[in-house]
Amino acid sequence: MAIKVFKNFFNRIFFNIFRNKKEIKLGFYGPPNAGKTSLANRICKDFTGEEIGSVSKIPHETRNVQFKEKVEIKYKGKIMTFKMIDTPGIATKIDYEEFLKYKVNKKDAKKRAKEATQGVIESIKWLDDMDIVVVVLDATENPYNQVNITIIGNLVARKIPVLIVANKTDLRKADIKRIEAAFPEYDLIGLSAKYGDNLEEFYESIFKLSKKV
Amino acid sequence: MTNKKGKKEIGKIKGFSIQFLPYAEIRYLDSDRRIMKILEIVLGNNILILQGRLRPLEETRLIGDTMAMINHIKDFKGIELAVISGNGTSTILGKFKKGIVSMLSGGDLGAITIIGPASIVKEIKRNPRKIELLLNK
Repeated sequence: MAIKVFKNFFNRIFFNIFRNKKEIKLGFYGPPNAGKTSLANRICKDFTGEEIGSVSKIPHETRNVQFKEKVEIKYKGKIMTFKMIDTPGIATKIDYEEFLKYKVNKKDAKKRAKEATQGVIESIKWLDDMDIVVVVLDATENPYNQVNITIIGNLVARKIPVLIVANKTDLRKADIKRIEAAFPEYDLIGLSAKYGDNLEEFYESIFKLSKKV
Repeated sequence: MTNKKGKKEIGKIKGFSIQFLPYAEIRYLDSDRRIMKILEIVLGNNILILQGRLRPLEETRLIGDTMAMINHIKDFKGIELAVISGNGTSTILGKFKKGIVSMLSGGDLGAITIIGPASIVKEIKRNPRKIELLLNK
């Protein structure tokens, strides 16, 4: 009887500890086709076995905010629980004709453009809900793009910890130094979501930023 | 490019004008009105050169409102936007000074914001040394 009471008490304590454990909302933001979903997929696959969304060479593949809850990331013996939030790419213009270049038919291109505009609005609305944001940039592209500057400026204004990821370091044209020069005041790491290169450093940075939440 | 008469021409560009908006015009407007004023100018096929810059939250609001308009206004594809700030200072004292000046003047007057409709402005290319405004023909 005494053992049963002790066991129940022990279980209740542990249940409460885990129930109260904070789930950190980790958002992936950035311009279209930077690799936000690829990175989120890589992490989710590693720790849950499932992906968060589909990826494509056609811009604006992610047109709805998609998330995966209770993703337990293990790093150097520590475990943290995250709600992963993958957002549609933010852009200042969307023209359906751009999608025609990828052999999308006109009707689908128009539908895609309409959904993409809604996706941008949704991404912006979700900014308020984030605990930490990973801004994913394509390391082969010019970082001095106003969308990048606007996103990062917003995160700073909202006092949300930010990590800049220079993705696609596996490509020859990738230039991490150019991104470092554009955003010298922020934590930045280069990685390849496609091949999983340098994810250890990414997890270390995320765990470090989590302390600020 | 040379035309039939042998005179040089820069290619056909659809009608547009460049409009300068001093910061004083928007200083006392709330965010809704600021964005409305900017979008009115841009929707009139104008490239807007704004003295100063919007607040970060207004910049995202401008992007959001632009997206909402794409689906409701014929031939509107969005905007091109670039903010050119004065010499960036990374020292704490420099930032403090800049903050005080911005607070007293009501905004970052050392900056210039360029906003144009995407149907006219193809791209605003920028790097630390130069800014290029590429127009659609």
